[in-house]
Amino acid sequence: MLEVKDLHASIEDKKILKGVNLEVNAGEVHAIMGPNGSGKSTLASVIAGKEEFEIKKGSISLDGEDLEELAPEERAHNGIFLSFQYPVEIPGVSVTNFVKTAINESRKARGLDDMPANQMLKLIREKSELLEIDRKFLSRSLNEGFSGGEKKRNEIFQMAMMEPKLAILDETDSGLDIDALRIVANGVNKLRSKDNAIIVITHYQRLLEYIVPDFVHVLHDGKIVKTGGKELALELEDKGYDWVKQETVV
Amino acid sequence: MAYTEEELKKELETKEYEYGFYTDIESDTFPKGLNEEIVIGISKKKEEPEWMTEWRLEAFRVWKDMEEPEWPNVTYQKPDFQDISYYSAPNNKPKYNSLDEVDPELLETFKKLGISVDEQKKLAGVAVDIVMDSVSVATTFKKTLAEKGIIFCSISEAIQDHPELVKKYIGSVVPRKDNFYAALNSAVFSDGSFCYIPKGVRCPMELSTYFRINQAGTGQFERTLVIADEGSYVSYLEGCTAPSRDENQLHAAVVELIALDNAEIKYSTVQNWFPGDKEGKGGVFNFVTKRGLCEKNAKISWTQVETGSAVTWKYPSCVLKGNNSIGEFYSIAVTNNFQQADTGTKMIHLGKNTKSTIISKGISAGKSQNSYRGLVQVNSRAENARNFSQCDSLLMGNRCGAHTFPYIEVKNKSAQIEHEATTSKIGEDQIFYCNQRGIDTEKAIALIVNGFSKEVLNKLPMEFAVEAQKLLEISLEGSVG
Ligand SMILES: Nc1ncnc2c1ncn2[C@@H]1O[C@H](COP(=O)(O)OP(=O)(O)OP(=O)(O)O)[C@@H](O)[C@H]1O
Ligand SMILES: [Mg+2]
Repeated sequence: MLEVKDLHASIEDKKILKGVNLEVNAGEVHAIMGPNGSGKSTLASVIAGKEEFEIKKGSISLDGEDLEELAPEERAHNGIFLSFQYPVEIPGVSVTNFVKTAINESRKARGLDDMPANQMLKLIREKSELLEIDRKFLSRSLNEGFSGGEKKRNEIFQMAMMEPKLAILDETDSGLDIDALRIVANGVNKLRSKDNAIIVITHYQRLLEYIVPDFVHVLHDGKIVKTGGKELALELEDKGYDWVKQETVV
Repeated sequence: MAYTEEELKKELETKEYEYGFYTDIESDTFPKGLNEEIVIGISKKKEEPEWMTEWRLEAFRVWKDMEEPEWPNVTYQKPDFQDISYYSAPNNKPKYNSLDEVDPELLETFKKLGISVDEQKKLAGVAVDIVMDSVSVATTFKKTLAEKGIIFCSISEAIQDHPELVKKYIGSVVPRKDNFYAALNSAVFSDGSFCYIPKGVRCPMELSTYFRINQAGTGQFERTLVIADEGSYVSYLEGCTAPSRDENQLHAAVVELIALDNAEIKYSTVQNWFPGDKEGKGGVFNFVTKRGLCEKNAKISWTQVETGSAVTWKYPSCVLKGNNSIGEFYSIAVTNNFQQADTGTKMIHLGKNTKSTIISKGISAGKSQNSYRGLVQVNSRAENARNFSQCDSLLMGNRCGAHTFPYIEVKNKSAQIEHEATTSKIGEDQIFYCNQRGIDTEKAIALIVNGFSKEVLNKLPMEFAVEAQKLLEISLEGSVG
């Protein structure tokens, strides 16, 4: 589904990604771990199409289509969803209004009419129940005054509403309390199918106990330096990153 | 009165402008320039009584000795007042025979606003058949108002038919000598609207909603007078979301509102004068004086959405004379390209327990300058006066400016005054976040701007609010990217 080949990306002449290779197939869950500043969020942003980053070399494709020429919203229309590490606030725009706009804009791009209001309401009810979100919450301004955990849960609510083909969850677990982590992970698992794929960026093994990955990658200094199965995450928790760093040097 | 449909159609055809507040005088344009003869001439053309002519002349004499204000934060080439013609007959003749002849860019904007083909024709000045639909609306409208004793007509008609009301109230809130443009307007006003709501009557509809299409060609010097008698209520809509192109560069209107004891006036404006092209050429100068007077327990709310004009200078104000009276001002002012706006309000607290609220939202894009100027004045006898002001500015890009000039004059220690101001910028992160959810940049900006303006949009009557939203979207098109 997603193919990242020898990807090099920079911002203001600062090299951040230095040759990333990653292949994600439908039905798979991939975890990306790695030290702070190693380029995980950058990789997610570049896949989503953030224009500040310049692709110096390499390619990204989704279902065989090269993404380079596509604007971020077109990538979203093609089914890419990014749960942000730091979701932004949009004062005065309610969660409901925002999600409604997002869904209808994507439908428009596919040549469909707006989703009928009753269908939209039903979907909102269903997904907010799945993620145990109080409906009053949905009429608040997007992310304004939300707690860290509320922001993350709201990201996954949007994901549930939009049913993406490829979801990238950037540290969705940070900020969630123990119960919330279980609820959110459970929600994500319900959305898994043989047709979609998920990339989970995380620092902690804990989330991976709930959302069990098929592959775990370690990103270090802009490169994937190690790939393994779910046990790799445990090993990392045990030994820390120095161990992989040393291995790469050898 | 029972009409057949055919008769209705006839009546509307022949009286087309009765509801549009245009005078019927057949005449050519007056020569350029302004002097006493011209003022007398205008009054004569309109067959006004002598007291009105005198009133105008007095205004003219005052104006002659006044200077144009320099204090607003705007720069423009001052109009040459001797190079303007102060009277021209209303032009009822269609400018075009079909829509094909109209500027395609203008039509495109109409379409985006969702204006029907018939309305498009009217607005652009294309010959149009009377549609059955509007006939019935107009008739129902007229009947309902008459039954309640509501007077809603042109100011010229009111001068003829209700001189006692006009004489008593015109200039009572905005005196002729108030300011340069008010004096000029008082001397030469061409037309405008008049509205009187009798005691205890609640006007059952938003006044002038339907007349939107007829207001396309509003005059250069309009005069509006709204009187809400004791215990009455009226919601009045002014303006038009469709872009008004006008050969007249200078517009100087005066609006006076009088809310007697326990009365309430809600006055909403959506203004979209031609702002000039992308280089800033050819826009309208809009210098307006709007003021309302509140007697005991009365309330006046001004709500405005300003997107047009090259230069705007406008401060809808409230004089809170009666005890317990309330003044409100809700405003969205958008400037783009080279537009300049200096707008705000004045809340003058004279009575006890008077309350005022000011919510101002300024949105600047391009190379525009957007200033808020507000005065809150509490008189020495105004015990327990309260004011809350909030001025928020939203900037798009690095080349525009937002300025806030709050003036507070308090002469009574019991007053409670609160002022909050914020400035924010539409961030790239916000845009990217929207983009990532499938919302393109244009739509993202519209969403963010609507969110920013929500408190004010919510104050507009429903259908006006929907139009105003679309208008905001259009005004900011192409402002980022
Ligand atoms: N806009 C930017 N301008 C300059 N440097 C940037 C920018 N964005 C990211 N970087 C740098 O790129 C590097 C990678 O950042 P990135 O956010 O991708 O790290 P990360 O792996 O997600 O880290 P964390 O685990 O802390 O979230 C960091 O050194 C960061 O400072
Ligand atoms: Mg990160």
